[in-house]
Amino acid sequence: MDLFSDDFTDGNALAGPLREIFAVDMTSAMGRCVSCGDEGPVAGMKVYAHAPGLVARCPSCQEVVMRLVRGPSSAWLDLRGTMSLRIPMPAE
Amino acid sequence: MRLPPGQYLTEDFPVLTAGPTLRVPTDTWEFVIITEAGEKHRWDWKQLMALPSERPTVDLHCVTKWSKLRTDWQGVSLDVLLDGVDTAADYAMVHSYGGYTTNLPYEDLRNGQAWIAYKFDGEDLTPEHGGPARLLVPHLYLWKSAKWVRGITLTDEDSPGFWESAGYHDYGDPWREQRYQGD
Ligand SMILES: [Zn+2]
Repeated sequence: MDLFSDDFTDGNALAGPLREIFAVDMTSAMGRCVSCGDEGPVAGMKVYAHAPGLVARCPSCQEVVMRLVRGPSSAWLDLRGTMSLRIPMPAE
Repeated sequence: MRLPPGQYLTEDFPVLTAGPTLRVPTDTWEFVIITEAGEKHRWDWKQLMALPSERPTVDLHCVTKWSKLRTDWQGVSLDVLLDGVDTAADYAMVHSYGGYTTNLPYEDLRNGQAWIAYKFDGEDLTPEHGGPARLLVPHLYLWKSAKWVRGITLTDEDSPGFWESAGYHDYGDPWREQRYQGD
């Protein structure tokens, strides 16, 4: 038996669910972790999907940076673990 | 056979987790109840094992829609742990190793409805299923049965736990299908 089992996928698992909300690809957005201050792309988050919602954790400190719950007629996005999200935009 | 609305039956025991599986050694494990007055009641593993245990056979209902019927557990009733605790709190916040939380009314911990469970099917509870000990409150959706439980804070005011603050129902009664906020 493994001493430590850790069944996660990378942040690309957030691509579809976030596109549903933001209508853009968010996986290249840069998120800054409230807990440790590290910045990295959404695609680099550690995502726990075998749960009532998607739980994204910071790859540096393991704290929760994003939670996404999809109900039948609402989605809940909790970003309290994320200080900021820098989203690439087309130049004006 | 009784299944709450919207649930399907499963024979296996799916593992759901919001983070890495924790390995909490029993020699450093502790369970702490803190009252609304700040009074602490603490049990280590040996003390928990010395308390009278029960062997409830209960049905489990996960909000992700699977149900597993007639599961066998062993653990200490919250009635045993709370009988010596002086409190008039209306709410409880359950805390786990790893930072998970879930909230429920105090009365849902009483009257033979909740246990600190440490055996499943006669075997020590595995870390995947929340061992060494988890809360077992089977009359509510399974996210309320916090894995790797480490303590309960008793409070006068209700506040939302991990899933309750991200769209899930504050109470979570499977028979009333209280999955999401507003259900
Ligand atoms: Zn971090």
